[in-house]
Amino acid sequence: MKPVRLLFTQLAYENLVFWRNAIAAFFTVALPLVMLVILCLVFGNQQTGDTSNPIYISTFYVPSMCALAVIGACFTNIAMEVSISRDRGLLKRYRGTPLPTSTLVSAKIVHAVMLGFVLVICLVCVGVWFFNAAIDGLRIGMFAAVLVLGSATFCALGLAIAALIPNAESSPAIVQAIALPLLFISGVFLPMDNAPAWLQWIASVFPVRHFALGLQSSFHPILSSSMEGWVNLSVLALWLAVGLLVAIRFFRWEPKR
Amino acid sequence: MSENTYAIEIKDLHKSYGDLEAVRGIDLQVEVGEIFALLGPNGAGKTTTIEILEGFLLPDSGNVRVLGYDPGKHEQAYKERIGIVLQQTEVEQFLSVEEAVQLMRSYYPNPLPLDEVLATTGLTELRKVRPRKLSGGQQRRLDVALGLAGNPDLLFLDEPTTGFDPHARRDAWDMLKNLRNLGKTVLLTSHYMDEVEHVADRAAVMFNGKIVSLGTPKALARESEPTVSFRANSNINLPPELAAKVTQLDSRYELQSDDLVKTLHVLTSWSIENNIELEDLSITRRSLDEAFVRMTQDMGEGLKD
Repeated sequence: MKPVRLLFTQLAYENLVFWRNAIAAFFTVALPLVMLVILCLVFGNQQTGDTSNPIYISTFYVPSMCALAVIGACFTNIAMEVSISRDRGLLKRYRGTPLPTSTLVSAKIVHAVMLGFVLVICLVCVGVWFFNAAIDGLRIGMFAAVLVLGSATFCALGLAIAALIPNAESSPAIVQAIALPLLFISGVFLPMDNAPAWLQWIASVFPVRHFALGLQSSFHPILSSSMEGWVNLSVLALWLAVGLLVAIRFFRWEPKR
Repeated sequence: MSENTYAIEIKDLHKSYGDLEAVRGIDLQVEVGEIFALLGPNGAGKTTTIEILEGFLLPDSGNVRVLGYDPGKHEQAYKERIGIVLQQTEVEQFLSVEEAVQLMRSYYPNPLPLDEVLATTGLTELRKVRPRKLSGGQQRRLDVALGLAGNPDLLFLDEPTTGFDPHARRDAWDMLKNLRNLGKTVLLTSHYMDEVEHVADRAAVMFNGKIVSLGTPKALARESEPTVSFRANSNINLPPELAAKVTQLDSRYELQSDDLVKTLHVLTSWSIENNIELEDLSITRRSLDEAFVRMTQDMGEGLKD
């Protein structure tokens, strides 16, 4: 059972280091929760649906902030952590130890995914208990499917971007320049129904849009869009494959010289 | 231990980066239990050689066996028996000294006890401290502690004391001597001759991708002749056999000798017979440092031709 023991040790270490890095932990953990609270305080009392069975807008923001949280924990977190570790020589040091590469990478992925899941549970609880988000329409199977596939996709894309980032200095800028615009045009902060068609089309090429739509439409039927569930899952799976290919092809143990 | 008598065997090793030939045909054997130093100026090919042995670089041609393994295959069994201290690596900033060593220990089947790692590297008092609060020398000792944590049979140390103040270097040398007491084979690179004189059993001087000299530090130093120097009146007439070898600067005379006893005999008898006083008569053997500078200069001049 040595590989299992190694994985758990490495996982415990990833977790310890994550929480001690206060700034990164704040952005990953607190940001989605704070955003949920702010958005619900500002817009949450607005209602939609028929008057006999009103749905609060918080029902939209809970799955949206779940998407933000998972993308932060998986994509942003892994991309920055791996590229900075590589520049500091930490990856090269690992390369010289008997720790298998698979264990090293698995521990990072499992930690990011678990973090994302815990955040999703927290966001749902906060939204339902404090902001009247409707949970009665939750299609839990589809929601879980989108969550699991999306987590895997954004972990793979995080590793892929880390492989392409030239150095630690440019890491935060590159990662945010990719993540922020996509989050905005993908209907995470505001519904995109009234956006120009070409902008919606651009957004629909990228995985953020499909992840957000998948979570929103399975969270409550009123959020359903014209995009079918299987379309969202297929696009996510496609980006998972792209991410894996790029990550494996371009992974580096050492900084560029 | 493997059936090989050598911990490291290198045969006709070559490695180029594009047009730059970093290593140009090295042959070397390092015995089990030896502290062996690769010595040379920057760009001599030391780090390239050591990184091939560690498995980070693949050779262009030649044969490398370390503890019976081919390092380029990245076998887990090989990594369990070596410890690596790289030239430039940071340590995880969010772990204390003790936590970092413990994490490293968890990767190996038979790690060195934590207290022994800390004691050998002089970090016992600093075990709860985070790396940011350590001095440069202390951080480097932590690097060595991490290399040592797995109880390796062979430890690679790439420039363990570069950038240290003299005091920190003395401490590091004591630490290297502790490693000898643990029975480790150590391959270190350095460009400090005095370091090699203090800690190494044998050394190879590298220059321009080749080994230009190999032997014990004392033998390397001996490759240059001892110098007899004295001061005397500037118009003396030395015996002809000495006059040919002498260099004179005002009243200061220096002569190189390949037979020290004979030279001294001739010189002192001549001085007594002629009643000439030899002030500040002394014999100096060039340190390895000077020998090294001269050796590499000779090589450099040879290349220009």
